Amino acid sequence: MHLDSLDATLGLALVWVCLGLTGLLAPASIRLVSRVLFPIGALTGLALAAVALPAIFEPALTRVLPLGLPDLPFHARLDALSGFFLLLLGAVSAGVSLFACGYFRKGEGTPPGLQGLYYHLFLASMALLLLADDAYFFMVCWESMALSSYFLVTSDHRHAEIRRAGYLYLLMAHLGAIAILLCFGALQSGSGDYSFQAMRLVAPSSGWATVAFLLALVGFGGKAGILPLHAWLPEAHPAAPSPVSALMSGVMLKTAIYGMLRVTLDLIGFPLWWWGVIALAVGLLSALFGAIYAAVQTDMKRLLAYSSIENIGLIVAGFGLTLLFRGFAMNALAALALTATLYHCLNHAFFKSLLFLATGSVLHSTSERSLGRLGGLIHRMPWVAWTALIGTVAIAGLPPLNGFVSEWLLLQAFLFSPSLPHSYLNMLVPIAAAAIALTAAMSGYVMVKFYGVVFLGQPREPKLAEAHDAGSWERLGLLWLAAACVVLGLVPATVIGMLDPITRALAGSGIASLAQGWLFLAPIEPHRASYSPILFFVLTALLVALAWLAVRAFYHGRVRRSRPWGCGFPALNARMQDTAEGFGQPVRHVFEPFFRIEQSSPTPLDARPRYREVVDDRLWHWLYLPLARGVEKLTGLITVLQRGRISVYLMYSFATLLLLLFFVR
Amino acid sequence: MINLAGIAAQFTELMLAILLAPLLTGWVNQCRAWLQNRSAPSLLQPYRNLNKLFQKEVVLAHGASPLFRIAPYLIFGSLALAAAIVPTLDIDLPLNAAADAIALVGLLALARLFVSLAGMDIGTAFGSLGARREMMVGFLAEPALLMVLFTASLISGSTSLSTIVHTLAHKEFVIYPSMAFAGVAFTMVSLAENARIPVDNPATHLELTMIHEAMVLEYSGRHLAMIEWSASLKLFVYSCMGLALFFPFGIAESGDWLGIILALPALLVKLAAGGAALALIEMLSAKMRIFRTPEFLGSAFLFAVLAMLVHVLLET
Repeated sequence: MHLDSLDATLGLALVWVCLGLTGLLAPASIRLVSRVLFPIGALTGLALAAVALPAIFEPALTRVLPLGLPDLPFHARLDALSGFFLLLLGAVSAGVSLFACGYFRKGEGTPPGLQGLYYHLFLASMALLLLADDAYFFMVCWESMALSSYFLVTSDHRHAEIRRAGYLYLLMAHLGAIAILLCFGALQSGSGDYSFQAMRLVAPSSGWATVAFLLALVGFGGKAGILPLHAWLPEAHPAAPSPVSALMSGVMLKTAIYGMLRVTLDLIGFPLWWWGVIALAVGLLSALFGAIYAAVQTDMKRLLAYSSIENIGLIVAGFGLTLLFRGFAMNALAALALTATLYHCLNHAFFKSLLFLATGSVLHSTSERSLGRLGGLIHRMPWVAWTALIGTVAIAGLPPLNGFVSEWLLLQAFLFSPSLPHSYLNMLVPIAAAAIALTAAMSGYVMVKFYGVVFLGQPREPKLAEAHDAGSWERLGLLWLAAACVVLGLVPATVIGMLDPITRALAGSGIASLAQGWLFLAPIEPHRASYSPILFFVLTALLVALAWLAVRAFYHGRVRRSRPWGCGFPALNARMQDTAEGFGQPVRHVFEPFFRIEQSSPTPLDARPRYREVVDDRLWHWLYLPLARGVEKLTGLITVLQRGRISVYLMYSFATLLLLLFFVR
Repeated sequence: MINLAGIAAQFTELMLAILLAPLLTGWVNQCRAWLQNRSAPSLLQPYRNLNKLFQKEVVLAHGASPLFRIAPYLIFGSLALAAAIVPTLDIDLPLNAAADAIALVGLLALARLFVSLAGMDIGTAFGSLGARREMMVGFLAEPALLMVLFTASLISGSTSLSTIVHTLAHKEFVIYPSMAFAGVAFTMVSLAENARIPVDNPATHLELTMIHEAMVLEYSGRHLAMIEWSASLKLFVYSCMGLALFFPFGIAESGDWLGIILALPALLVKLAAGGAALALIEMLSAKMRIFRTPEFLGSAFLFAVLAMLVHVLLET
């Protein structure tokens, strides 16, 4: 029997399921889980990436699986888009699984065997989700992804706040799932056939298509964390164990982007241009919101969670631009915008996972998440600190690493939008480009804060002196992800060649012309813009090396160690450094109306003066709490029906039956 | 595409930037002294300072990490590359295919990231205070600079610096209203980014107001020399960027030697005029409170966005 890459992918997903189930044999055995199951899981991830990479260039494969309900078998399909996201899933999960080999310890909530089960089910359901080719299979995978990740988030379920975060996550996941379900309902256009192939063939009326698009934006956007459905992200990420946060932020959010792309550009197929405007506006708002809020966080994982909102915002903005160009049939530009979107998906998956894993190492060795109690870890944890520096430069969108490439592509796509045949839309350029530039600069601010407060300076607590570096498994995971950040930054032209089949399929135009050989990256035409990260990197390195050598050659290399200069004040200590609150102060000051700030300052007479400041999300108070109160009131009304007497319930059934009979007649 | 003359021109430009940058700083200081009725230090004073610092030994704080020690070279390297990218003598530079206007902004941001991280590395109150203020200036100034460059990009339909300068140099009789707004924004951004009055004062160590000096307080010896040299390079890069965008006259086309030799005096005259103007601006304005800086830079940002809007509304 001939096995193709679709069989291989399904098989690898099955391996993950089996690995998870094996852990149940000895749920308390940390050795089985972390020395056997997670390494095999990492290998499976690598194998998945290796299978998915060639699948991008091959024609789509479809299969009807011998699974599912009697008349509703599962359909699977492996095409370029699924291949790309499978590659992302495989490559990122390999690094995260390697890290997880050394991460899970005894005695932390859920036993390791169960955690291994949820973890591998989570991976398998994401892989199957990307292969799903009918709404039924898709929803099954979507739900199992949500549930397995819920159990992972609440793995430390002894804390009430973690249970609360998990509940919020589950709630938002299900609200999103309902929207997605309804979206598929709108797409099947009354045919009752829920396979994606049927949806591709039938073109819904533009009204139904719009309904489907909006539902998809809400449903998938809720999972991705776009405004105003972002509330679960900053709660769930800090609650989850770090490898899980890394997977959720790095990969799971991308499955939502996959869903958006799949529904809009593949299943509907003809986006209307103003959908693009909606997605663009929502994306830019989320990006700015995420960046501004990340700058004032004091918990390192919350900071990264807000930064995820920012990055997802940029991705959704790129998606919106793709729709806008596609709506006006400007396919080459749509391809450029789609390339930027997909590239940023890939980049964010790597650098955000890397940073979440780095926070995991910090958390493990210091048991501190609050930025106010960390500092100086570059001395105690050099491996973590230097790999995190790569992630920091990458996420700040600085050349020559990968974050810059996708931001560059996105800005190029924006600069070409004056050719849009709509005068008001042309005004979008300055505003959207300004928002993106502001976001990029803000993310630099956020990352300096993150890195500087955690890794640089003096340790703010005495116990940090005992912090230990990450173990060898963890180092391997961190190195893998950091190396990917560097490689994706240096050879964008090669990576973009990989995206060509996807843009051909979804945007109707290839981007082969974008890559001028392997050295130069040039959208549309080389004289309009080009960028060569390798030359850039080599030249910077050369100049740095020459400067160093010249100084050594002409002068000397003498160094004397001494105490830092305290401006004449002798009693400098670590608590006099800037705290995370202090570092966020300028942003709080500039964007004051955006925040809900509670402050309490000490009086001059306090014996133990404490300064407290809580910065809160305004949307939480404007949107979520009123909504929750409203729902509570409504459910309160339902108690009127509940009398607790069986005769009353029987009467309800009788009345319902009568009513139904009336209608059926 | 890459010719030998181009590479030679590129190399000349790079060396010229590195060697001339302290001279520009010296010239600005001299102008300022004259305007303040002081007797001016020699034009070569910055070189003497650098030489002195290079000869001194480095006093390193106990808590300094390797990052602190490599940062000065990284900053110098990225700013030197930035100086090489900006067309000063010749338009058709081979490096322009490797890095465009966005990459130039990225380079400046890279230098800022490392100088801020180095400022936080020792863990003194001043270092992190300076880093925080520098990043505050940065997150408002960087998008404004990008918008200025985008305005020029929209006019020339390209983000490649050589195409931008080429387009602007060949339409000298057309007045772009958008470039006027962009010019205002660019001036404000350059003042802030180069730690000049009214945002920062390079000549003071008053803790209430200092930004750049607070960050580099822990540096000494050759490290400090590299930082000072980088600061001069940054001023040079910004001056050349301003000249290339707003006064691109006299610049040589496509790598002929005669053009480059003629472009050199033109560049020197323009730089001298620019430096004098900078000194005049510094003389005429008062140092702002640090809390007012966001307003100053916010208006620079709005000017830059306005420049793009004006371009879209009026010039297309």
